[in-house]
Amino acid sequence: MAENFQAITTRREEAQGFIERMVSRGLGWARKYSLFQYPFVTACCGMEYMSMAGARYDIARFGAEFPRFSPRQADLLMVVGTVNLKQAPILKRVYEQMAEPKWVIAFGVCASSGGFYDNYAVLQGIDKIIPVDVYIPGCPPRPEQVLDGLILLQEKIQAQSHKLIDRHPPEPELVRPAGRDLVSGVNK
Amino acid sequence: MPVQRDFEGASGADSALEARLPTKTMSLNMGPSHPASHGTVRFNIELDGENIVKLDPEIGFLHRGFEKSCENVSWTQCLPYTDRLNYVSAMCNNFGFLSAVEKLAGIEIPERAKFIRTLAAELHRVCDHLTCCGAMALELGGFAPFLYAIEARELLWDRVAELTGARLTTSYGRIGGVDRDLPEGWEKKVRDTLEKVQEFRAEMDALLTHNRIFLDRTRGTGVMSAEDAVDYGFTGPMLRASGVDYDIRKAHPYWVYDQLDFKVPLGTTGDNYDRYYIRMMEMAESISMIEQCFDKMKPGPHIIDDWRYVLPPKPQVYSTIEGVIGHFKIVMEGIKIPKGECYAYTETPNGELGWYLVSDGSGRPYKVHCRAPGIQLVGGLEHMVKGSLLPDLIPTFDAINMIGGEVEQ
Repeated sequence: MAENFQAITTRREEAQGFIERMVSRGLGWARKYSLFQYPFVTACCGMEYMSMAGARYDIARFGAEFPRFSPRQADLLMVVGTVNLKQAPILKRVYEQMAEPKWVIAFGVCASSGGFYDNYAVLQGIDKIIPVDVYIPGCPPRPEQVLDGLILLQEKIQAQSHKLIDRHPPEPELVRPAGRDLVSGVNK
Repeated sequence: MPVQRDFEGASGADSALEARLPTKTMSLNMGPSHPASHGTVRFNIELDGENIVKLDPEIGFLHRGFEKSCENVSWTQCLPYTDRLNYVSAMCNNFGFLSAVEKLAGIEIPERAKFIRTLAAELHRVCDHLTCCGAMALELGGFAPFLYAIEARELLWDRVAELTGARLTTSYGRIGGVDRDLPEGWEKKVRDTLEKVQEFRAEMDALLTHNRIFLDRTRGTGVMSAEDAVDYGFTGPMLRASGVDYDIRKAHPYWVYDQLDFKVPLGTTGDNYDRYYIRMMEMAESISMIEQCFDKMKPGPHIIDDWRYVLPPKPQVYSTIEGVIGHFKIVMEGIKIPKGECYAYTETPNGELGWYLVSDGSGRPYKVHCRAPGIQLVGGLEHMVKGSLLPDLIPTFDAINMIGGEVEQ
């Protein structure tokens, strides 16, 4: 989980030169106004999502118009509606298929915390399985609230540190303790 | 992983010598997060070329424990859960549930409350049909009709918000009537709004009804005969598209539907085009029904005056001991519904919404079961698309208008 957070840390790294900072700002500006979203629509909030895509609220004004229904082409995952335990692995898989850098919005209380479905079937907030950048409350939230959440996310993206090439730390190698029998679990 | 299976006789040592084409069916997994399906459902489809051999819809991706949750809260607190069954037409569900509770308790609601319920339910019926027709157009490639539908729905939701305080999930009804009376000047606003909605509806009609692409995709696809529709338990527009004249509002009138003058549009062939067109016609009927309700309404109480079921008015609560006790009993213990069981049903935009309730006389429901209209429709999906092309599945599934919340309670 820790490596997921690395790309979306809100703190700017201390050692950032002037050129790096300029590049970061430029990339942040470009990225925040061209969010390609993947709407993971499950329930009631989807109706407000439709309204938001409609003419009156028009999310296109904020540069997040285009829904891509392939996670590989999206960089903003909008989790719209209740996620239950049967749906949860699918959501995680969709998130993992998205390329870095990526952001997540929890749309409505069900996605944020499970809402009033506090029972055996419902995942109590998607942050149990994937990291979330912005939580939008409401059951369902008004479109104005969603737009406000989107602007918050844009501010957050601008404040993040962006690099031309993101290098991830190498995967730690699995180290087997010497002299330990893995089958029996007994030290020799 | 898609599994490939051989047709019988296509493989094996003998047939290897005959120069037969290797015919295999392919398993295709569609959903549960698919752009062309509103409502989370997974289809396990077996394809022969591009024809559907077998289709197995798998539901449960929006199971939210509705029935169990209702058993843990008081009768009034069930209302928000009923809103979120069919969230496009929350008030139809809401009032349907309350009708069942009132049948169990033997309450007769005031005349004005009946009118308010009827007109509010019809308002939400228009919203539901707009969403269904708009989404159907969207998923067949037409974005403009969708925008018109959404704008019309926004106008209606503004009026709903003025009436109930919420755009979508309203919780407006109460046991014995409705929460509050119509706001001042609301009738005029609704009449103006309905005129605009008619314009948007006409615009959608012009864009879709005689559109060659739309006709090709919907006419003759997903056909269901009248006998099969009855056998599968279809209700609502899906049943009427097959030509069966059954609308609960006409057959077993409730609230004030017997005082209203309206027609029930019927289909002839039972294909997707009929289903779409019936919804367009029903919108016009609903709009005329709302106007009739306004014409016939008379001033009066909007909720019954019985402190066993309804919270006492605030001045009484603050100044009389009876008021305080009445308030306390309802808030702390919940409304006591007499022991017994009942089944009551209303016509929601997708069909018959039935409620089977059991009460043990305490403040909470013993059992709440909902007969949602959507589940039978999803059950009949395979019958409708078997043998047809894979693209025909999209308009057929859209015409069903499956709402996850009500199918997977």
